[in-house]
Amino acid sequence: MSCEEIDCKKLWESLSDYIDGEISEELCQKIEQHMAGCEDCRVVVDTTNKTICLCHCDDDTELPADVRERLFETLHIEDYLKPKPA
Amino acid sequence: MVDNISDEFSLEALRTGDKAEFARLMDTYSTPIYRLALKMLADPQDAEDALQTTFLKAFQHIGEFEGRSSLSTWLYRIAANEALMLLRRKRPELSLDEEPEEDQPPRPFQFADWAHLPEHELLSGEAKKYFERAIQKLPEKLRIVFLLRDMQGLSIKETSEALNLSETAVKTRLLRARLNLREQLSAYFAERLSQEEHK
Repeated sequence: MSCEEIDCKKLWESLSDYIDGEISEELCQKIEQHMAGCEDCRVVVDTTNKTICLCHCDDDTELPADVRERLFETLHIEDYLKPKPA
Repeated sequence: MVDNISDEFSLEALRTGDKAEFARLMDTYSTPIYRLALKMLADPQDAEDALQTTFLKAFQHIGEFEGRSSLSTWLYRIAANEALMLLRRKRPELSLDEEPEEDQPPRPFQFADWAHLPEHELLSGEAKKYFERAIQKLPEKLRIVFLLRDMQGLSIKETSEALNLSETAVKTRLLRARLNLREQLSAYFAERLSQEEHK
């Protein structure tokens, strides 16, 4: 590691809160100062952020039409089965 | 985001059995709930079963919905329970109960800087399949938290309500899930980076 282990550990513990913007401004500044001097931690933050972004991009499964039809039939509301709005 | 959509539904109409309103609710939430079930169960038939049971239970129990959480969180709670129940039938030893979490998050081991790879590399068919497998490799108690928070966009509070866990437990599991997935993806993309360098 290119910096003291304890500082890296503190960053990893706060990683989710940092990414979600749920930490104090003071801790945020400390993390950013740490990242400026620690390439490994910068990479961990960037790649964790990208991992979460990829999760959103991966989220493209549509409900199959036949599954939707059976769902409405199961609840006996097939009379309300209109073409799904775009 | 989730609350705004919930507000669009008339609870009064749902409680009095208004089928048109229920159909509208189903058309809004059936796709995200199917996605959640599919990613939890990795089986289209099981996902369909969980989807149907979720809305059957919602239809039967809407009168008991007290509005302490949003309507969507209530639906996700039913869906998560159904998915976990199906998993428990296959693996009775599975437990999601709150239990002492390990204090320390896992230490990162992969430091390949793949975040700057071009989008066509990050979103290639092969990369997407690898990502799917990586999600499936997450332990169930981490996977459900990751899916609700990062895929469905629930807040920490909503995720804790949906899973009946403390917010601290949700945060701990979310961090472990994110680090686990990052580690798996880093191993995959490090190979892509290495191939790029040798071109």
